[in-house]
Amino acid sequence: MEKTRVVEKTKQAAPKNLDPNKQVFPEGQPQILKSYFVPGLPHILLCPEKKPEWTKVNQAFGKIREELKELKPDILLIYSTYWPSVVSHQIQARPLIKWTLVDEEWHDLGSVPYEIKIDSDFSHAYKDSAEKRGLEVRTVDYDGFPVDTGSVVLQKLVNPDNQFLSSIVSSHVYADRAETVVLGKAARDALVQTQKTAAVFVVSSFSNRYLPNWPEEYKEEKFSSLKDEEWNQKFIELLSEGRLEDVSQLSRSFHSQARVSKKVVNFKPFWWLSSVMGSTNQFKGEILEYQPVHGTGAAVIGLTPSAQTQGDLEFDEEDIEVYQGNRNILAEDPS
Amino acid sequence: MGQIVAGVLAPHPPHLVYAENPPQNEPRSECGWEVLRWGYESLRESLSQIDYDVLVVQSPHWRTYVGTHFLGVPELKSKSVDPIFPNLFRYNYDLKVEVPLAEQICSRAAELGLVTKMMRNPDFRVDYGTIVSTHMLQPGWEKPIVGISSIGAASYYGMDVMQELMQKLGQATKEVIEASDLKVVLVASHSLSHRHFVKEAEVPEDMSREHIEHHGQYLWDMKMIELMKAGDSKALFDIIPDFTEQTVGETESGGLSWMLSAMDFPTVPAKVHAYGTVIGTGNAIVEWRPKEWRPSKLRPQTSVPSKHEDVSGSKA
Repeated sequence: MEKTRVVEKTKQAAPKNLDPNKQVFPEGQPQILKSYFVPGLPHILLCPEKKPEWTKVNQAFGKIREELKELKPDILLIYSTYWPSVVSHQIQARPLIKWTLVDEEWHDLGSVPYEIKIDSDFSHAYKDSAEKRGLEVRTVDYDGFPVDTGSVVLQKLVNPDNQFLSSIVSSHVYADRAETVVLGKAARDALVQTQKTAAVFVVSSFSNRYLPNWPEEYKEEKFSSLKDEEWNQKFIELLSEGRLEDVSQLSRSFHSQARVSKKVVNFKPFWWLSSVMGSTNQFKGEILEYQPVHGTGAAVIGLTPSAQTQGDLEFDEEDIEVYQGNRNILAEDPS
Repeated sequence: MGQIVAGVLAPHPPHLVYAENPPQNEPRSECGWEVLRWGYESLRESLSQIDYDVLVVQSPHWRTYVGTHFLGVPELKSKSVDPIFPNLFRYNYDLKVEVPLAEQICSRAAELGLVTKMMRNPDFRVDYGTIVSTHMLQPGWEKPIVGISSIGAASYYGMDVMQELMQKLGQATKEVIEASDLKVVLVASHSLSHRHFVKEAEVPEDMSREHIEHHGQYLWDMKMIELMKAGDSKALFDIIPDFTEQTVGETESGGLSWMLSAMDFPTVPAKVHAYGTVIGTGNAIVEWRPKEWRPSKLRPQTSVPSKHEDVSGSKA
């Protein structure tokens, strides 16, 4: 077994060579070439020319598109906060999805006809591995199923010709950290089992507060509040240093400070991403772009597995291998 | 002169359409949620006694954050697949929209200070909440609708702000309808308490698995129904923020608040056609008439049993 330098609680061993075409992965480890955190509002696809900030974000997606041509992953593994689920985690498994998307909020920006090719075998393997870890999961394979705006925007911008197959997993509204971390580990299991190389994506904004009026009514794009912007910057700084697990550990604070969403239990994309990537800080972080899009924090970030690590921290949050349900923290009724 | 001839609380669990096995829906069921479906039968029978032209439907599943939006395309036809229950609801719809009425409400609401927008994209897919409630009220889709989105102000700011916005939207709705020559039924498309199970039974219509998710939310549902039956819609309106907080109520979408405001807070007792649960949520099918509604023979209770009040964490 390959021995690598790891930080406390590290599960992912870094590949030996950072050239993606020559990466050698230790046996038993998932072959994850790179991960990305990207926004998913339709402005950056449908009308990037309308604001300079949107143009820049659109161009950053172009960089990812070029990188993928070099990386040549077998699949794009996608977690989208734009796809909420409430009865179990859901994984898209329809081999070819065809529809025309119209965003429920931004319908005036236009329609998006799309085709997405799904790696159905991988999606089923992911479901099986998640169930083995105690999660409630189901695959979806229905004509007309509404693929979320974030996933469609990502596909159109980085994989428009379906050069790569995808697997998309929902963001379970009621899942908290334990479930989400285990969902990430199940993705690793499935990648190991299927021996597929992957580029991993999270589609989400940072701060998610919109400006309260229409884009045509304001001249300059801006963040919805200074507080949101400060929290975004905190995450940008940490991720530029590759400190993914540190960001993951700050998710609860970020949710309470910079997110609007009472119904969603917590800000969970970094829980999932860090778990998939091995719960470490061993990355080379690249901030490809960071701009406001209708007031939200739209960051395009790349994280490449690296032998170097930032920090050697004792984390506050525990590690979880198998989901065993919510713990009942109330005293049992003795009667 | 136009008139609001009725207002209804018409919850939209796709399970009800699934259990009805209409030709528009692809999945087939054996049975299920009969009490609620019979409640809708009763409501349809009641509405058949009155003359109306349009259903104005406000739905939580057309969620917008920048303003309140209105369907603005005369005909919309597509397939609606419920993202949560695609196994139960894959429904081919073909509906007509009363666009002029929608435009007028949209304009008047803007004059009253709300941010509003008309939806003009012909590829737009109508949300399943609007479709389920409308189907259960008129399976033949005879009447056109006005579709109104639910603004997410409860999440952004809080229920108190949402209440104020819905009061204004109700005022705009009332003024425009009364200035028209249309008879209108208002439809608040949502459940009451909304905590639900996160696992589905292997056979979704297995009614041995159906019950309220939590007794505390049942008590709150009964408190709401008690106020409805008492005709005390101002108290009902005032309690909505607490109810929403305690039961994760779908009232956060503002539908009931909007409807009560548009009906100028009716004082006649509401007719409760049914109450039942769907995957643990509390669903009431309720009808308000603006006048000449026969009061219920049942004397409404006035309080929730006190020993359980602390279960839900707050006294009404």
